[in-house]
Amino acid sequence: MSQLGPHNSAPESNVEIQPFWDATAEGKLLLKKCNGCGKIHYYPRTICPFCFSDDTVWVEASGKGTIYSYSVIRRVEVPYVMAYVTLEEGPTMMTNIIDCDMDSVRIDMPVTVSFVDTGEGNALPMFTPAT
Amino acid sequence: MSIRNKAYIAGAYEHPTRHAIDKSTAQLHAEVAKGALEDAGLTKDDVDAYYCAGDAPGLGGLSMVEYMGLQVQHIDTTETGGSSYVAHIGHAAAAIAAGKCNVALITLAGRPKAEGMATGTKPRNWGGDAPDNSFEFPYGSTVTNNYAMAAMRHMHEFGTTSEQLAWIKVAASHHAQHNERAAIRKVLTVEDVVNSPMIADPLHRMDCCVITDGGGALVIVSPEIAKKLERKCVRILGHGEAPKTRIGGQIDLTYTGAKWSGPKAFEEAKVTPADIDYASIYDSFTITVLETLEDLGFCEKGQGGKFVADGNLISGVGKLPFNTDGGGLCNNHPANRGGMTKVLEAVRQLRGEAHPMVQVANCKLAVAHGTGGSLGTRMGSATVILERDDA
Repeated sequence: MSQLGPHNSAPESNVEIQPFWDATAEGKLLLKKCNGCGKIHYYPRTICPFCFSDDTVWVEASGKGTIYSYSVIRRVEVPYVMAYVTLEEGPTMMTNIIDCDMDSVRIDMPVTVSFVDTGEGNALPMFTPAT
Repeated sequence: MSIRNKAYIAGAYEHPTRHAIDKSTAQLHAEVAKGALEDAGLTKDDVDAYYCAGDAPGLGGLSMVEYMGLQVQHIDTTETGGSSYVAHIGHAAAAIAAGKCNVALITLAGRPKAEGMATGTKPRNWGGDAPDNSFEFPYGSTVTNNYAMAAMRHMHEFGTTSEQLAWIKVAASHHAQHNERAAIRKVLTVEDVVNSPMIADPLHRMDCCVITDGGGALVIVSPEIAKKLERKCVRILGHGEAPKTRIGGQIDLTYTGAKWSGPKAFEEAKVTPADIDYASIYDSFTITVLETLEDLGFCEKGQGGKFVADGNLISGVGKLPFNTDGGGLCNNHPANRGGMTKVLEAVRQLRGEAHPMVQVANCKLAVAHGTGGSLGTRMGSATVILERDDA
């Protein structure tokens, strides 16, 4: 299992987003879906950023997506890959691409979620190239 | 109501320092305020409105009004990152047009270099209360990699190349060689840029702006006051501003808020990009300039690479002289916020006071554009159109 890199840290949570981070400990990636307009958004909010309905519920994502864009951060002790991954459900999220040959990462590459334990009761959803 | 011809830039001042180890942030704000007021031929007691942004220390506007001993009747501390000061011009012009004030002072200052700040490469923790923070900071999100991801996507969609981006730095360096205060004065080639160390693919070190201390200030006045001043004033013709965000996770990194702020400003000014003699374009990174030029309408979306290549942005060489002071890429990016210095060089050009080697002949009309935050994602954009006053 992958470990956090020197650039990573455990998330600072708050009451609004606690269910998201609690779910990561169980290997689940949660998104918020609006019962008002039916749209799914990220990062999660109580009030839908599309229609302002307060009727939003947690749904579990498939964990599949494709890379929208990425950048390999080179000028640090341990290089890493930053990326935006567009999830199967629609929204795009910031993340890291891990367990890969950094030079082979490409836009539109299919990826799947992989949770990296923060040691603080939750895990960061990162992505690896789909096999 | 429009702000067209309702207000003038009467004073402009850029702090000469690039490394302020011997000065406090508040002191820098006061020094640039003093410089801009002296440039205008006005005094501190003439100021009845004050504008500043997140770089102002303490309680921002209140701390600075007290420190400088101002007595104002209007205050605006709009914070949209590096674009703030361009937005402030529009706000000040609107306030003057509405009769809320007559002499507005705008200041910017900071000392990231003295503080040893790794502006672009160290993840910045905005704290757990920032709603986005928990979903970005843990991944090592930095300024440079966010702009890099925009560049990567632009290359993917439009075939933009590193060499084309490099031309933007090359043009800035051609101008900076004439600026004795510029942080980088060496004339650079495309090869110099693409062979400099890769910071975050596809951005090289020389795709990035400089990190400098210092600041700048502007004095915006009513037409009645402008008429009384001996100093050559610059007329404010139009203003537009538009934050752009990833609403709900919908993302497109290939365009900026300039897509909205630009047309608003041009419409208010009643001019088009083709009329512009000189452009000050926010240049935190080369990609910032390229996307902004497209969004302001200087070329079609996706054609920015071709537009900036082969010296098209070099004064006296290309069709659109830009950032003739050397910009943030080579001259100065005080407080990590380049909006103020964009306006300062536009004012120099319209006054005919740019360095003779970069002065645009018969410069009548200029655009200045500011960018804040992260390109294409959570960002501020502000545009002003300025005109030489021949009256």
